[in-house]
Amino acid sequence: MFRYILGRVFATIPVMLIVALFVFSLLYIAPGDPAAVIAGDQASPADVEKIRASLGLDRPFLVRFSEWFFNLLQGDLGTSMFTGMPVIELIGQRVEPTLSLMVLTLIIAISVAVPIGVLAAWKSGTWVDRGIMAVSVIGFSVPVFVVGYLLSFFLSLELDWFPVQGYVSYKKGFLIWLEHLALPAIALGFVYIALIARITRATMLEVLSQDYIRTAKAKGMGQMGILFLHALKNAAVPVVTVIGIGVALLIGGAVVTESVFAIPGLGRLTIDAIVRRDYPLIQGLVVVFSFVYVLVNLCVDVIYTIVDPRIRY
Amino acid sequence: MTSFAAAPALPDLLKPRRQRKGLLGFLLNNPTITIGAGLLLLMLFVAVAAPWLGTVDPTELAPRKRNLEPSADYWFGTDAFGRDIYSRVLFGARVSLVIGFAVAFFASVIGLGIGLISGTFRRADSLIMRVMDGLMSIPPILLAIALMALTRASVENVVLAITIAEVPRVSRLVRGVVLSLREQAYVDAAISCGCRMPMLIWRHILPNTLAPLTVQATYICASAMITESILSFIGAGVPPIIPSWGNIMADGRTLFQIKPYIIFFPAVFLSVTVLAVNLMGDGFRDVLDPRKSKTG
Repeated sequence: MFRYILGRVFATIPVMLIVALFVFSLLYIAPGDPAAVIAGDQASPADVEKIRASLGLDRPFLVRFSEWFFNLLQGDLGTSMFTGMPVIELIGQRVEPTLSLMVLTLIIAISVAVPIGVLAAWKSGTWVDRGIMAVSVIGFSVPVFVVGYLLSFFLSLELDWFPVQGYVSYKKGFLIWLEHLALPAIALGFVYIALIARITRATMLEVLSQDYIRTAKAKGMGQMGILFLHALKNAAVPVVTVIGIGVALLIGGAVVTESVFAIPGLGRLTIDAIVRRDYPLIQGLVVVFSFVYVLVNLCVDVIYTIVDPRIRY
Repeated sequence: MTSFAAAPALPDLLKPRRQRKGLLGFLLNNPTITIGAGLLLLMLFVAVAAPWLGTVDPTELAPRKRNLEPSADYWFGTDAFGRDIYSRVLFGARVSLVIGFAVAFFASVIGLGIGLISGTFRRADSLIMRVMDGLMSIPPILLAIALMALTRASVENVVLAITIAEVPRVSRLVRGVVLSLREQAYVDAAISCGCRMPMLIWRHILPNTLAPLTVQATYICASAMITESILSFIGAGVPPIIPSWGNIMADGRTLFQIKPYIIFFPAVFLSVTVLAVNLMGDGFRDVLDPRKSKTG
């Protein structure tokens, strides 16, 4: 098992290298010449050349990539073209709201979606099942910002239950933090709930048709015990896998949700970076998000090998 | 003398469900496809017939008629520039549908090609799959955003960006199907009969990838339309001058608290269209992959 985990960890290295190479190429082929921008309108071509050489921009692609990559490994993502601040610092300032949003979304989504999926599988073929599945198709079809606006219109503007926009740090109190993040987390969690509920239902249906479930029933075990102790435990692997893969949806969705609810997180930063065409910052954000995504899925894989005794490599 | 105990007559519940024949029968047997196709045809009609459905020029500015609530003259109201939202929403159907279908088509074709190569040639496989793993580990919306940041805003570039973000998933799917098909006895039989590689792929492998690919393409179409609206919404999509649903909603963003209808109408159209395509995807999956239909 230890060997498998080690192998799995090493397998992420080429993936991350390719992500880094891809993201670096983005900047490399990006329109606009940084040397010309720095030199300004009055500079002669010779001046631009001189600046280009001083920035090291005249060196070959692979040399520049390896330098950039080694800086990356040391946590140096370069300097933002717009603010002149180190990219890593800009990202660091904005991590908290985004992390809060994602963790809250994960908690809400999993605690809603898994029971719903189990219920749909248990009542399979009935109107309960059809209703849940119908809602989940709708969940896939409504873009996250539409859900966000609908929630914010009805629950904040009309009913005044929640603050309309903004973010308050958890340091100022848990309840006020929760109050501000509840709607964004529900909006962001909508697609995720649909995804997890569907896969939970599908896997549960498969597990419920197994012989050991019939045996448990024959022994006189209660319905809840069968569903949650026997079936859900055995259905866990695909469900947890989808939760891991679905983090990509959360990352993409966070960018939009933060803009709907005016949350000053990494998503806002991404949009600002795009509007200003701040390529080093875009690059840094894509790298950071992708690495987080890869690491989450690595953790998911490692967790099953520890938890599920059937998985042996 | 032996006597046989006659088996009791099979209960009625084992009677096969009546399968109706013909196109009408197919539609009756598969209500999800029918509803989805119906809604989608409606949207296609709206998109094609937009100029004849009582619309005005969707880009026409009318500063004196800014921010009018929906009324008999302006069914969906007007936006901050006095443009008629009804006309913009109807013409917006064109952009969304074109992008959805184009991405589904290109992503399927490219993904099919890459998947076939990867599944067939072992040497190319590990390299291609590492690259695909790398691309897949960048969240698709983020990848599309980053690609759009590089280029000029245009419909073609949006299609290209979303296609690049979707291709890795399609090629993984096709590769998986090809790898499982290679284990089939009929493929071995074809090889032992001297069937050459191009013929093997064309006659025996390609046709079997089409069913799962169709299902996948439908879902890609749906997700491409959502991605387009997200890109336009955050200002990295089609140029603001083109009336796409994402752009209309982006225009309504600042006025949301006082004029929510600007966002409401395009949101409904977008959601219904994506829902229609998703329903068709679910229906196709049930028809084309009967094994999964019971569970999924």
